[in-house]
Amino acid sequence: MSTLVEVQNVTKVYRRDTMEIPVLQNISLAVPEGEFLALMGPSGSGKTTLLNLISGIDQPTSGSIIVAGTDIAKLNETALAKWRSNHVGFVFQFYNLMPVMTAFENVELPLLLTNLSKKERKERVEAVLRVVGLEDRMDHYPKQLSGGQQQRVAIARAIVTDPTLIIGDEPTGDLDRKSAEEILILLGRLNKEFKKTIIMVTHDPHAAESAHKVQHLDKGELRQD
Amino acid sequence: MNVLKLIYKNLFRHSLRSVLTILGVAVAVLAFGLLRTVVTAWSYGVEASSADRLVTRHAVSFIFPLPVAYRDQIAGIPGVTRVTYANWFQGIYKDQSFENFFPRLAVDAETIFEVYKEYEVPADQLAAFKKQRNSCVIGRKLAEQHGFKIGDVIPITGDIFPGRWEFTVAGVYAGKDKTADETQLFFHWDYLNERSRETAPWVTDQVGWYIVQIGQPNEAANISAAIDALYANSAAKTKSETEKAFQQSFVSLSGAIITSLEVISYVIIGIILMVLANTIIMSARERIREYAVLRTLGFTAFHVIGLIIGESLFISMSGGALGLALTFPVSSWFGAQFPTIFPVFAVQPSTVVLAALFALAVGLIAASFPAARSARMRIVDGLRQIG
Repeated sequence: MSTLVEVQNVTKVYRRDTMEIPVLQNISLAVPEGEFLALMGPSGSGKTTLLNLISGIDQPTSGSIIVAGTDIAKLNETALAKWRSNHVGFVFQFYNLMPVMTAFENVELPLLLTNLSKKERKERVEAVLRVVGLEDRMDHYPKQLSGGQQQRVAIARAIVTDPTLIIGDEPTGDLDRKSAEEILILLGRLNKEFKKTIIMVTHDPHAAESAHKVQHLDKGELRQD
Repeated sequence: MNVLKLIYKNLFRHSLRSVLTILGVAVAVLAFGLLRTVVTAWSYGVEASSADRLVTRHAVSFIFPLPVAYRDQIAGIPGVTRVTYANWFQGIYKDQSFENFFPRLAVDAETIFEVYKEYEVPADQLAAFKKQRNSCVIGRKLAEQHGFKIGDVIPITGDIFPGRWEFTVAGVYAGKDKTADETQLFFHWDYLNERSRETAPWVTDQVGWYIVQIGQPNEAANISAAIDALYANSAAKTKSETEKAFQQSFVSLSGAIITSLEVISYVIIGIILMVLANTIIMSARERIREYAVLRTLGFTAFHVIGLIIGESLFISMSGGALGLALTFPVSSWFGAQFPTIFPVFAVQPSTVVLAALFALAVGLIAASFPAARSARMRIVDGLRQIG
C-alpha cells in the first residue's frame, strides 16, 4: 500500500510574546493509504498540533508534510485552503456545525466551493446523509439533534467532498458511550467499505481499538511502540 | 443554500438585535434626510432665482426704501426689458404665530406677474385683480392652508403701515414648478400708497426694492453697475445684484444655524456608525469559532471578510432604504406644518444620494475592524474560542 501521508522531521514551535514554546520535536511519521491511525498521548503532548499540521490548518516551523504527493508545508494560505477543501474532511470533538443551518445545509457547505450544480449538490448531500443514517433528519437544525446525530452530520460534512483524508479530533470526546460506539462503527465503515484513510486523536483507549494502528506522543515526540 | 442565504440566516440569529439595529439606522437616515432637507429648503430662494432678474435695493440696507420715480429711469437703461417693484408690508393676520405668518407684499399689479412668470394666474383672475384696487392674489398653498377662496376678505392689522387693511381675494396663483413659493399675498402698491398719504405720508411714493428683468443674463454685472451709477450721487444710492446673489445674502444671515444643522446631520451618521460597528463586532466575536470552521472546510479569509461585510451592508442598506422611504412622507408632513417658513420643502436628489452613500459607507466602515481581525486570526486560535 502506498504512503498517503509522510511527515518528515517536523518541528513546531509556538511563539507567545517573547517566549518560544516547542510543541513538536523532529517528528517523522508515515501513514499508508487506507489506514486508520489513532494518535494518543497525555494532554499537551502535541497530538492535536500534529493533527492540525497534517490537515493543513497550521504550518510547521520546519520539516515537510507530504500528503498525496503535495508538500503542504510549502503552500501559501490560499493554496492551503483550496487543498483542504479537496483533500481533507474534519470531524471535531464538539461537532462545530453552523447552528443557523439545517443538517442538509451544513453538509452542503463544503460543496459550495465546488463547481457542482444545485441538483448535483443535493444528490451528494442526500447520499452521504443516507450513509450516516440521517436522511430523515436533513431539515432539522443542530439544536433539534442529539449529540450523536450532530456528530454524524459532521461526519457527513467531512466526507461529502470525497476527501483523500479524514481527520478526527476527539470525535467521540463529547458523546455518551452508546453514541460514541455508533460513531466509531461509522468511522470503521468509512475506512473498510469506502477505503478512507483516517487519522484520529483520542484519549479513549476503547476508541483507539477501532484503529489499525496507535501511535503515542509524549512531550512532542513520537514514542516508538 | 448559498452565501447570501448564510448571511441572512446569521443576521437573524439574534432577530431582535438585528431588527433594532436596522431600525436605528433607519431613524438615523431619516433624521439625516430631514435635516438636510431643512438645510436645502433654507436655500430654496437661491435655487429658484431667475438668471434674467436683478434686484435693486437701497445701498445702505434693504430696509430703507427707494423712490418710485427710479422705475422709469431704470427701465431706460440698455438691456433692461421690464421693471417692477415691491414693498414688504408685514402686518398681522389674526396673531403673530407661525401658523398665521405669510409674506404680504405690495406690488405693481400691472407688471409683477409679467416679471415673475413662474407664478401663473388665470387670465380672468388677473384681470379682476388689476381692476379692483383693494384686491389681492394669493398663492395656492396659502389658500389651502387657510381655506381662502375667491371673494374672501383677508383682514390684516398693519404695523409698518398702520391701520386695518382688508384685501379681497381676486386670484390664486400656482407655481410653474415645485421651486416656486406659493405662500405669498400680493396686493396693489397703489392702494398702499394711496392710504399712506393719509396715515403715513412719510412713506408715500417709495418702494422697498426693484425687480429688474434683463434681456441677456450675461449682462447682469454691467447692467447692475449701470443702475447703481445712475444714483451714485443721490441720497438714496442703490445696490443692484442678481436675484440669486440677493437671495444668497438672506441665507447667509442664517449661516451659523445652517452650518449647525449640517454638523448635527453628520454627527448623527457618526453615532449610527458606532452603533452598527458595535453590533457587528459583537456578532463577529460570537462567531470566531464558526469562521475558523469555515476556513478549515476550505473557505478563505476573503470569504469570512465577505460574510462580515455582507451582514453589515445588509443592515446598513436595509436601514438606509427604510429611512429614506420614511424621509419623504415625514418631510412632506413637516413642510406642511410650516408652509410659510419653508414655502418649498422637498427632499432633493442630492439628499437621497448622500443618504444612500452614507448608509453604504457606514456598512463598510463598521465591518472593517471585525473583518480584518477575523481574517488575521489563525485557524487554530479561532477553533479554541468558545462561541
